[in-house]
Amino acid sequence: MLGPGIAWYLGIAAFLFATGALGVLIRRNPIIVLLSLEIMLNGGNLALIAFSRHARNGAGQIFALTVMAVAASEVCVGLGLVVAINRRRLALDVDRLSELRG
Amino acid sequence: MIVASTGNVIVWIVWVGAGFACLASGIAVVSFSNPFYSALALIGNLGSLAVLYLLLSAEFVAAAQVLVYAGAVMVMFLFVIAYVGPRMETPWAGGPTWQSVGAVLAAGAIFVEIIVAVALKAGGRLSHSDHVNRTFGTPGWIGRLFLTDHLLAFEITSIVLLIAAVGGVILGAHTRRTA
Repeated sequence: MLGPGIAWYLGIAAFLFATGALGVLIRRNPIIVLLSLEIMLNGGNLALIAFSRHARNGAGQIFALTVMAVAASEVCVGLGLVVAINRRRLALDVDRLSELRG
Repeated sequence: MIVASTGNVIVWIVWVGAGFACLASGIAVVSFSNPFYSALALIGNLGSLAVLYLLLSAEFVAAAQVLVYAGAVMVMFLFVIAYVGPRMETPWAGGPTWQSVGAVLAAGAIFVEIIVAVALKAGGRLSHSDHVNRTFGTPGWIGRLFLTDHLLAFEITSIVLLIAAVGGVILGAHTRRTA
């Protein structure tokens, strides 16, 4: 295999996951929370594909494609929620959307 | 020998460029105050990830990444941001709160934890991998896997997408009852 080894790709994947987690924790706009979730999922995907290449096994790539489909579903529902929140004139702020708090 | 080392150098250069673009655009998504710029930075992030997938000889996944994410999902994001209107938010303004400090600490802990776990579990064995044959990662090979070994995952994925589409329609439908 030319170029860097699998461990370097895993480092990038770990950094992407941590960056996405930081965005999910720190941002209050639900759209940016969804974008950060995409970064987290892509970090997981990169690790899956790197391990698939290392093991020379196709299951990792199949799993990555499934994760992409799940991410598309999650974006569909999440953006539907954002549109519904916006239509009801509620604040687009995940800290202030606390009506369900017990 | 010279050809092999030249190819190695080229792959390293492409990897450094794509990896740096990936990390920088990931940080940009989290730190931009305008959601529109964050979405544009995420497109750059997904494109550089597709380059990394190509280096890992996952050709079909790289193509699907560009088509599904950068093509479809990001257009939907941009439409919703344009519909809702850009709401500025300054995540780092007003000094560090306990919440932001805790978030940075938690993200750093996750990063260190993953690195330590991978290094402890498989430190030396991940350094080099063997060559794969020519069909690895091609669309035909992926399709054959999907329709033989992973047929259940394929079918369940289609059901998940269908349910998500129905949920999106229900959430977005404008009825008088809910108003």
